[in-house]
Amino acid sequence: MNRIRRLVLGASLALAAGLAGQPAVAQQTKLTFYFPVAVGGPITKLIDTMAADFGKANPTIKVEPVYTGSYQDTIAKTLTALKSNESPHFAILLSTDMYTLIDEEAIVPVDEMLKTADDRKWLDGFYKAFMENSQTGGKTWGVPFQRSTIVLYYNKDLFREAGLDPETPPKNWAEQLAFAQKLTKRDAAGNTTQWGIQIPSSGFPYWLFQGLTTQNDVRLMNDAGNRTFYDDPKVVEALQYWVDLSTKHKVHPPGIVEWGTTPRDFFERKVAMMWTTTGNLTNVRDNAKFPFGVAMLPAGKQFGSPTGGGNFYIFKKTTAAERDAVMKFIRFATEPERAAQWGIDTGYVAVRPDAFETTRMKEYVAKFPPAAVARDQLKFAWAELSTHENQRVTKALNDGLQAAIVGTKPAKAAMEEAQREAARILRPFQR
Amino acid sequence: MSRAKATIYGWLLLLPAFVLLLAFTHWPAVATLHASLYSTPKRNRPSVFVGLENFEGMVDDPVFWQAMYNNLLYALGTIPASVALALLMALWVNEKLAGQAWLRLAYFTPTVLPMIAVANIWLFFYTPDYGLIDQIVRAFGFGATNWLGNPDTVLYCMMVMTVWKEAGFFMIFYLAALQQMSPNLAEAAAIEGCGRWTFFRRVTLPLLMPTTLFVLVNAVIGAFRLVDHIVALTGGGPNNASHLLLSYIFDVAFRYWDTAYGAALTVVLLAILGGTALFQFLVLEKRIHYR
Repeated sequence: MNRIRRLVLGASLALAAGLAGQPAVAQQTKLTFYFPVAVGGPITKLIDTMAADFGKANPTIKVEPVYTGSYQDTIAKTLTALKSNESPHFAILLSTDMYTLIDEEAIVPVDEMLKTADDRKWLDGFYKAFMENSQTGGKTWGVPFQRSTIVLYYNKDLFREAGLDPETPPKNWAEQLAFAQKLTKRDAAGNTTQWGIQIPSSGFPYWLFQGLTTQNDVRLMNDAGNRTFYDDPKVVEALQYWVDLSTKHKVHPPGIVEWGTTPRDFFERKVAMMWTTTGNLTNVRDNAKFPFGVAMLPAGKQFGSPTGGGNFYIFKKTTAAERDAVMKFIRFATEPERAAQWGIDTGYVAVRPDAFETTRMKEYVAKFPPAAVARDQLKFAWAELSTHENQRVTKALNDGLQAAIVGTKPAKAAMEEAQREAARILRPFQR
Repeated sequence: MSRAKATIYGWLLLLPAFVLLLAFTHWPAVATLHASLYSTPKRNRPSVFVGLENFEGMVDDPVFWQAMYNNLLYALGTIPASVALALLMALWVNEKLAGQAWLRLAYFTPTVLPMIAVANIWLFFYTPDYGLIDQIVRAFGFGATNWLGNPDTVLYCMMVMTVWKEAGFFMIFYLAALQQMSPNLAEAAAIEGCGRWTFFRRVTLPLLMPTTLFVLVNAVIGAFRLVDHIVALTGGGPNNASHLLLSYIFDVAFRYWDTAYGAALTVVLLAILGGTALFQFLVLEKRIHYR
């Protein structure tokens, strides 16, 4: 029995090797892949499954996903690994890390790996808004994967109580303020028991602020990523609108509003409208005990939101064969069907229009219309703030915004100071 | 055993600790000092010797001064409070009480919890309006306060949390010292007709001084070393109002990747810590009575 089994096993192995027509197992390409987790849900499991499915379809390539913490941890680990020559083959990092990675000479442009017309057509198939943060100097450095935008969530019950139509969210800045005024409630002692609107300002206020600046038709940086426009009058105007919501109109909580507890404030009915990422869609759907609506951010001079989230990057310390294998995986992960499923599972916006044409996505959107809001808003979305020395230049803006919000500096002075600081940091990159 | 043999034996016993200390404490410190005198390597611009330029940059860096000021205030606010509270708690749980073990455990719990977990709990304590603190305050007729979102309150919020976290840890040392104190002393004092306060001031406190020195050294190090909660709760905001020296160093070195400047800042931190430790051991120790 034993001998027969061994014989059968040996024969089938020989057959398999013969069929493969090449020294199969020995030639397997191993790829290490760093990925962060930034939203709730079983992301790690989804990524592992994706890698396993890819392995089944491509037995010569083995992708090993390595969970590396938050986005911040992941870039820190990647750059540290790079400095000790232990680079992963590819990673998901913030789209805004592009200039940093270029400056560190860490990544290779994706264009080099595009060989056929079909490859190029695939790259052109992503939403333009997402490509803005992935291209500079005529090259494409990142491939959009888990991307998001900001949307407005509102409590339909509270709208009804305030005499507003729950099916009509505010469409512009004036309406947003007027609605917020109706939605703010105070008790006899003058303490506010319910706020009209909340725009988080802890951690990365620049991102939410970019919603306001985009709506006010002003860019915060140039395409080359070496100049910022923080002191533009339209930027100051956008900041003044935000500051006025709390200090002048008193419809927005005073001081810095915590990003992390904002959804909870919404669930507790402490706030009637909130701005937050589409990545919170699943969270809100599961935890809001009242009917809620999702809408595009209200328009100032125009509709607008920044994009956010992570791209795939391919590292330089790889062989040509490895790069091709990475490319195969990236194409696999961004196929319409898989991009659609990823969007449904996580709440991220599917990165390609053709993903929204798939049956499974159409069915999902029909059942859950808020899923389409982010997609519709993409027409008006601009690139997230990203420059050389990104963290520092962004920090200059964050500090200025927080100073204006807490009232230590007037909006204009705060933005002028932020601009001076950013200009000083970026000077070496303007040569 | 001959003298030479004993010496070798002694050194061999010391060797493992010595190697570890050298590799993970002294060598990095020296390497940091070295790195602080060079510029950060950038593309096309390799690292060059710049002398004290990194330190000169600090003079014009408002965030550095803010972090220094914050850290000083933070140390002044947390060290005396946590040491005093630790002593009080130790005296309390050293008495014979019902549920003494549970009380000790309760006081020690904050120390056992990881700082990041603690920070997430406190985030909801400090949440405006429906957070625990605001709910209590509301019972007395006050409105909501944005504790962490206001530059005037954020640092004090961090201090309260730190005192809560550290006091239990220091209590253990005081408790151990109190348990070792001979009951004869209390009996003798009672015969002499000594009051409780006088006994505490004249007998207990002096006998606890060696423990106090140890606790103080730890508290000072803690005030400069513990920044997990800053990173988790505020990231140094709003507008740097809660940045401490170490959280700023982390930002400079691992967010901005300005490693040379980060090294220079680390040298300053090392100097501060080394200086206070020396002061405590050389000056304060002379005033302490050991049995």
